[in-house]
Amino acid sequence: MAFVVAIVGAGWVTDAVFWSPYTTYVHVPQAQPVPFSHQHHVDGLGIDCRYCHTSVESSPYAGLPPTETCMTCHSQLWTQAPLLEPIHRSLATNTPVKWTRVNDLPDFVYFDHSIHVNKGIGCATCHGPVDQMPLTWRANTLYMKWCLDCHRAPENQIRPREEVFNMKWSQPAGQAALGRQLVAKYHVETDRLTNCSVCHH
Amino acid sequence: MSERPEPPYEVSPLGYPARLLAPGETYESVSDKIASIPLARHPPRAWYFGFLIGFSFFMLLLLGVTWLFMKGVGIWGINIPVAWGFAIVNFVWWIGIGHAGTFISAILLLLHQQWRTAINRFSEAMTLFAVACAGLFPLLHLGRPWVFWWILPYPDTMGLWPQFRSPLVWDVFAVSTYFTVSLLFWFLGLMPDLATVRDRATNVWQKKIYGVLALGWRGSAAHWHRQQTAYLMLAGLATPLVLSVHSVVSFDFAVAIVPGWHSTIFPPYFVAGAIYSGFAMVLNIVIPVRKLYGLERLITMRTLNNMANVMLVTGEIVAYGYLIEAFMAWYSGDVFEEYMMKNRAFGPYGFAFWALMLLNVVIPQVLWLRRVRTNLALLFLVALSINVGMWVERFVIVITSLNRDFTPSAWHLFIPTFWDWAILAGTIGMFFMLQFLFMRLLPMISISETRELVAEPEKAER
Amino acid sequence: MNTDASLPLEEIRARLAGARGREYWRCLDEIAATPAFEEFLHREYPAGASEWRDELSRRHFFQIMAASFALAGLGACTKQPLENIVPYVKQPPELTPGKPLYYATALTLGGFANGVIATSREGRPIKIEGNPDHPSSLGATSVFMQAAVLDLYDPDRAQSVLRAGQPSDWTTFVSAMNAAMQDQQTRRGAGVRILTGSVTSPTLRAQLAELLGKYPAAKWLQWEPLTRDNVREGARLAFGEVVETHYAFEDAAVVLALDSDFLSTHPAALRYARKFADRRRVKQPDGASMNRLYAIEPTPTLTGAMADHRLPVSSMEVENITRALAQRLGIPAGVGVTSHDDWLSPVARDLEAHAGAGVVIPGESQPPAVHALAHLINGKLGNFGRTITFTDSIEPAPANQLASLRELVADMQSGAVDLLIMLEGNPVFDAPADLNFADALAKVKTCVRLGFDDNETSRFCHWHIAAAHALESWSDARAFDGTVSLIQPLIEPLFDGKTTHEVIDALIRQPGRASYDIVREYWWGQGWPGFEKWWRAALDRGVVANSAAPPRAVTLAASAPPASPPPPSKTEIIFRADPTIWDGRFVNNAWLQELAKPITKLTWDNAALISPALAQREKLQNGDVVELKFRGRSLRAPVWIVPGQAERSVTLHVGYGRARTGRVGAGAGVNAFSLRTSDALCSGGGLEIVRTGETRELVSTQMHHSMEGRDIIRSGTLPAFMRDPNFTGKEKEPRPSREDTLYHPDEFKYDGYKWGLSIDLNVCIGCNACTIACQAENNIPVVGKHQVSAGRDMQWIRVDRYFRGGLDNPEMNHQPVPCMHCENAPCELVCPVGATVHDHEGLNVQVYNRCIGTRYCSNNCPYKVRRFNFLEFNAGLTAVQKMAKNPDVTVRSRGVMEKCTYCTQRINAARIPAEIAGRKIRDGEIVTACQAACPVEAIVFGDLNDPASRVAKLKEQPLDYWMLGELNTRPRTSYLAKLRNPNPELTV
Repeated sequence: MAFVVAIVGAGWVTDAVFWSPYTTYVHVPQAQPVPFSHQHHVDGLGIDCRYCHTSVESSPYAGLPPTETCMTCHSQLWTQAPLLEPIHRSLATNTPVKWTRVNDLPDFVYFDHSIHVNKGIGCATCHGPVDQMPLTWRANTLYMKWCLDCHRAPENQIRPREEVFNMKWSQPAGQAALGRQLVAKYHVETDRLTNCSVCHH
Repeated sequence: MSERPEPPYEVSPLGYPARLLAPGETYESVSDKIASIPLARHPPRAWYFGFLIGFSFFMLLLLGVTWLFMKGVGIWGINIPVAWGFAIVNFVWWIGIGHAGTFISAILLLLHQQWRTAINRFSEAMTLFAVACAGLFPLLHLGRPWVFWWILPYPDTMGLWPQFRSPLVWDVFAVSTYFTVSLLFWFLGLMPDLATVRDRATNVWQKKIYGVLALGWRGSAAHWHRQQTAYLMLAGLATPLVLSVHSVVSFDFAVAIVPGWHSTIFPPYFVAGAIYSGFAMVLNIVIPVRKLYGLERLITMRTLNNMANVMLVTGEIVAYGYLIEAFMAWYSGDVFEEYMMKNRAFGPYGFAFWALMLLNVVIPQVLWLRRVRTNLALLFLVALSINVGMWVERFVIVITSLNRDFTPSAWHLFIPTFWDWAILAGTIGMFFMLQFLFMRLLPMISISETRELVAEPEKAER
Repeated sequence: MNTDASLPLEEIRARLAGARGREYWRCLDEIAATPAFEEFLHREYPAGASEWRDELSRRHFFQIMAASFALAGLGACTKQPLENIVPYVKQPPELTPGKPLYYATALTLGGFANGVIATSREGRPIKIEGNPDHPSSLGATSVFMQAAVLDLYDPDRAQSVLRAGQPSDWTTFVSAMNAAMQDQQTRRGAGVRILTGSVTSPTLRAQLAELLGKYPAAKWLQWEPLTRDNVREGARLAFGEVVETHYAFEDAAVVLALDSDFLSTHPAALRYARKFADRRRVKQPDGASMNRLYAIEPTPTLTGAMADHRLPVSSMEVENITRALAQRLGIPAGVGVTSHDDWLSPVARDLEAHAGAGVVIPGESQPPAVHALAHLINGKLGNFGRTITFTDSIEPAPANQLASLRELVADMQSGAVDLLIMLEGNPVFDAPADLNFADALAKVKTCVRLGFDDNETSRFCHWHIAAAHALESWSDARAFDGTVSLIQPLIEPLFDGKTTHEVIDALIRQPGRASYDIVREYWWGQGWPGFEKWWRAALDRGVVANSAAPPRAVTLAASAPPASPPPPSKTEIIFRADPTIWDGRFVNNAWLQELAKPITKLTWDNAALISPALAQREKLQNGDVVELKFRGRSLRAPVWIVPGQAERSVTLHVGYGRARTGRVGAGAGVNAFSLRTSDALCSGGGLEIVRTGETRELVSTQMHHSMEGRDIIRSGTLPAFMRDPNFTGKEKEPRPSREDTLYHPDEFKYDGYKWGLSIDLNVCIGCNACTIACQAENNIPVVGKHQVSAGRDMQWIRVDRYFRGGLDNPEMNHQPVPCMHCENAPCELVCPVGATVHDHEGLNVQVYNRCIGTRYCSNNCPYKVRRFNFLEFNAGLTAVQKMAKNPDVTVRSRGVMEKCTYCTQRINAARIPAEIAGRKIRDGEIVTACQAACPVEAIVFGDLNDPASRVAKLKEQPLDYWMLGELNTRPRTSYLAKLRNPNPELTV
């Protein structure tokens, strides 16, 4: 009896640990060399995702803005702000800024932003309400199970293409119907989506 | 016939050993003989000797496993095409040995074979240790042992389940179930004896420990009633397992398309082989131990003779298996099967095949002779030959089938490395170490059941 | 191996003679099946030999020591560590992170260029493909071109400017050169020598001209160890001047190769192989036609293996036979009869019958006379202007390189050389042994070498300048037809290497220009209209339009050259380019070292290749070490018995046995150059063979095995095919039904794409380009000699080679074997964790990160195409080596199974843009790495659901067959059976 309890207990503990923020980093804001606030830039200033993440529609990588991009504004604004010192130094010394990765997938996973964005998966679907993040945190576990939840039933997450970059978009009452309709419209081959070869090379 | 000296035991009218129990044994004598062993302050000197040998080889195992986990399975001789080597050979071999235990305790119990009494405790213990050894290998042979649990069904973070079409998954269930049931069965039978030891213990610690293990057995009628019922139920439960486990193990091969593996005869002939080697191992242990602890009066010649008979029968089944394999290879007219058989007998590993025939088929035929069956030394040697033979059989099945299968361009030899041998020797060491510990610490013959024989001699002589 | 263990070759002959029907076999030991062989094998892999000892001592480059436990930790349940993400400061405009960039450039071998398209990922060159617009490459690549990437990241490269072995720098060097040249000013450069290989680079040519103009007494000398002197001198004999001969195999119905391996070692081999193969493709029986190839050669080559009729004769006999042939064709050549008339006469008739549509091509290693005779024969047959055209020599300054080298050595000996500049090359190692180059070199006052690696010659150099890799350099070079390619860098020199241009420029002017300026200014000077546009176009296309050399007329000599003196002795030695390390320049390239040599399947070694007959007479076994005594020199070398080798010819591949090289090449093979004298550059008679009783482990990827009567390679003859198209193809026996499975036959419907691969055995020349292209594309590790001998080679697509027929002149057939991607894949059913699974397009997917390494799938794979990481084969890679990895392919760790994926990463790379654009993937949009590399387009990948796709059409052909199809694995990879086109008049 005690034996059984021990086994089950151990199982439960392991499970709990695996799904805890300690392991998953979910909702854990990451310290950055510069405390960049998406909230301020996106929600406050209304800058579009693609202004910085330029290649999100055309490449596997969304693209992280080079220092130059920051300087398009910050060569004029807050030029003296000590907070931005690392950025200025980066440009001066031509050494890149070392940001901390927030959303990180294992190296054997080949995620492609462009296809998701083009098939109507919104930024917020995976990255959460980035526009509400003063410091960016991981909104989802990014566990394979989590990926599969959507790959097995994309209709639950898919949205109209034109809403992809809209952080304020929320699922309508008829998401189920809309989802099925969009899946058909965007030719999402649902049976193929769970093939290992889709993400693993 | 008359001039032949009388055998040192009572014989039946047909001249076979008659008694399961030497005459004049009483409750007391039985309990004394058996219970005194674990309670003794010092075991016989031979015990230390045996234990130390076992222990040192066990250390070799630990060394080998450490190196294995550091470098990877590449330290073995395996390659492409021979991707399975000693690990699987040993696995199948140990599982096979493990079979005797349950067969003896469960099936013979249900068949009211009283002669099992003298040896069931041994063989059950042996089963547990053998299965423990076997259980190591599926883990060790993995390329990435640190993720072995992916083979178990549990809700993981990947949203994946095992691939239930694979015999390896069936193995996991078969072996673990078998181990659990054997363990319970063994412990259930052990309880009354643990109580006896507890009662006879003088040392307070021994009293405490055996007391805990006995789970408060008081020998009341109620206790006996429940124990007996549970015992029978478990026996019923274990019986199908004896057949299932090795059938499932044989599926690892039979399900594959490799010539030499892909064969429907595998399940029965694996099970027979298992019992064959199991009994051989019991004999290899019992014969010396019987001498060592002077248990000749409890483990009588009749028991040994019966075991020899069982080996003879299973041995013939195994031989039939070999015959059918060869016949099928020819009868199928399949080029791959034909070549497989040719390669087995005359290929680079031909020596193994002929060794197998000698050890497993030719030598055991001497068991037809009563004189051999009742001659301890010879019986011991035959059992030994069978144990080795059964290992060679698995070698032949695994390696010679793989080293030359469908595509000639890929054919390659397998040459075992030092670590292949080290880990095999290591598990043997582990097995005997555990065996010796068992003999030191627990009553190695069932006191209660032996007493039954004292109480109901007619039952014993049936 | 002792004599009683020797092979009963007589018995083998008997057996083969008696063999009914088709009998393939792969190695003598196998058909011999002597107990000795088994013992031999056992001795070859000593029992209990544990691998790491070997790894540490012998090849710690592939050190397997790794913190496996740490790996284990990551693999198991520790949490993911936080990583950094590092953007650019200024992002290059042309670069989109995650997207590859492609640059057209060129790689040279022996001076001649092959155009390539190099792939760059985030600034790292990671893959080479052929440039379809390039006349020599036609989009294909050789093994050497594929391996260039690994050379680029070789940690053993020369990495700086060394002065007397001490680190120095470029500016010090330049000023030193300037001083040295100042001294020469007065003597008009009399003390200056420049030693180069064959040069086709217009820029370099111009620079040297400028230099020689400035210092008229200076000399420019050329030396290639595998020199084409014979070709040049042959032309001189036949036409009185050096011209380049070009063969149009597309128009050749009959080809006679006189010891010529034009399919693999000719400067235009890739082009020739393609054009030759195009004449062999057979689709339907009606009106099918194939060219016919005759080969006369002493040692089996890929060309010989393709031949419809092959005549093994010693290298020295070839001239005689050629003369006899000429005689037959009405050219007085001095020799009437040979011992091979029965073979020769039908060939002569065939050539005459196809006058104007034939090619007689002599090999580089045959003496000038043979070349001259071949020219006469071609002329006589009226092949000139049809199948054979001529241009001026593509090398701007063709030289007799042996004479050139002799001159240099003489000058050095006399102490006349103050300054010797060596541009690449390794004469101390590869110059003819009798010239004692090293001694002479020691007499040079200042010796400078621009070199890619630190080799035997570097040791003698006062200055050693690290050379830039072709992928790091600006330069230019000509293709064999004269077409110019600009060579542009994909990456800044990793170890600030310099180019030949920069070194020469440093001799001419201070401070010396960068090679970009040198090359650009040269071409600017050529006065092309609209230079900028021209320059861009040249860089984009990788070739300079209309820069091919124009055909020209030649005047054929009246009579045949006088016969050469008869050979001193019958046993001869032949020196040949090594099939994988060429003249030794690739000796430190692990991919090429581990690549099995086409015919012998040896890796990591060279050996003295001997004929079965010789082995029988000398009682020699594979691996026995013999002493080769040749003209006062001797060399101990292990022997390897090669069926089809001319009886008395012993072949040595050059380039091995390096005294000074990197960690990969060290200790591999024996040095053939140490036997090679200036009077026997290619071959020579009078070889003595002495048994030593020693043995050396030679590792071959395919030691043994007859085909055991199995239908693995199917082949036949063209007439048989025309009689019955289904005589050996898919209709030979009915294919098992799709329903014959325990599981649901329609588990997968394949209603979208349905990927498949077709391999045409009829044109496959067995060049191994696919193997190494796959290795480069898929991050396949190299495992080292010992691991190969243990049976753990990792290449995903292997090229099997089977012999058929007699020992002395067997038929050789090649078969590339990748994963078959079975529809009923045996591997999938047995994996306990579903790490190898099917996908909806029929791919048999291997998921590394799910694999726990039971290896059950490999056991159950009838084709044995799965590869397992028995150890951490990727451990110990330096940061630079890691740059060679393809970021689109997971690098597999220890304990994981892997195999051909049909380049699934390329499928996805094509699929995603297609899906975004809302269209289907076009046929030909996905090209697997093996397909891209294949010179003869034998491999075709595509969608079987698209009836218009090339692959679908190929699988419609009657010659299409499934390997081991009777197992009902329903492989997606299928083969086209091999056909030969024998001359009915000939039996052998």
